[in-house]
Amino acid sequence: MGKILGAVVINEDRCKGCALCVDACPKDVLALAGRKVNVHGYPYVEAIKADDCIGCASCGIVCPDGCITVYRKKKD
Amino acid sequence: MNNDIISPENLVYKKPELMNDTAMHYCAGCSHGVVHKLVAEVIEEMGMQNKTIGVSPVGCAVFAYRYLDIDWQEAPHGRAPAVATGIKRLWPDRLVFTYQGDGDLACIGTCETIHALNRGENIPIIFINNAIYGMTGGQMAPTTLIGQKTATCPYGREPELHGYPLNMTELASHLTGTCFVTRQSVENVASIRKAKAAIRKAFDASMKGLGSSLVEIVSTCNSGWKLSPKQANDWMEEHMFKEYPKGDLKDTTNL
Repeated sequence: MGKILGAVVINEDRCKGCALCVDACPKDVLALAGRKVNVHGYPYVEAIKADDCIGCASCGIVCPDGCITVYRKKKD
Repeated sequence: MNNDIISPENLVYKKPELMNDTAMHYCAGCSHGVVHKLVAEVIEEMGMQNKTIGVSPVGCAVFAYRYLDIDWQEAPHGRAPAVATGIKRLWPDRLVFTYQGDGDLACIGTCETIHALNRGENIPIIFINNAIYGMTGGQMAPTTLIGQKTATCPYGREPELHGYPLNMTELASHLTGTCFVTRQSVENVASIRKAKAAIRKAFDASMKGLGSSLVEIVSTCNSGWKLSPKQANDWMEEHMFKEYPKGDLKDTTNL
């Protein structure tokens, strides 16, 4: 376990499923939700391995639609 | 989910405040969204939220005024630098910038762009170069690469028939009126940070009255190129950077 804990909050209805964040994530936390679509009919991204997140914010920075909010905290 | 982490004091990244919640019309993975975010972040960092006027083009970014909560003026096709010149001359204390694509800036608006830059108007021009006409369905643009297939050159661009790609940024770097001419891209975190620094420098230079600046962002159009967003980024790195190498071409700002 690392010393830093991170968490991502994804605005699923804003996501268009371009999956650039999936590619940018160094810890493979994110993946497209299988066989599910949002209100606009797009596939969207989910945090499938949320516990591995280190809060590096790479996903949020590359997201063209600003769907991802990132939090980070040092482990107590 | 680590719910105890999700609290305001642990926040490290969120969508800029200036970008509103309107769903953007851009295709999934379009570079425009990233550049919109960078523009919003830079304006917020400069504290110019109430003193910024953007001039939006005709092209995919025509609806930019829907997504960023600053003042906008829509310009006729290609005329954004001329419109921005008027606004900036009337209101020198405002941050006036244009946001244009390659069809708008390098084809229909070549004259306005070159002359606004050459006059040294204090406006930064953000130039999204994706080598294609995205909004109208992927036709050949002046910046289309040799051999690149588009709707209007289905066998690839041929120099004998279509001429050569137009390199506006190199042209602009030779003009006396420009103070900062650079070419960036937004395909990964490192290049996005560099692009943001370039936009910040261009905006600062305009407010200091140092002259005109051109920030070209080499971008993807995955719909027009008929690739996935990830493949489009790879294609851009492999092909676009040969014709459009990244870096500062001119910098006399000393910022």
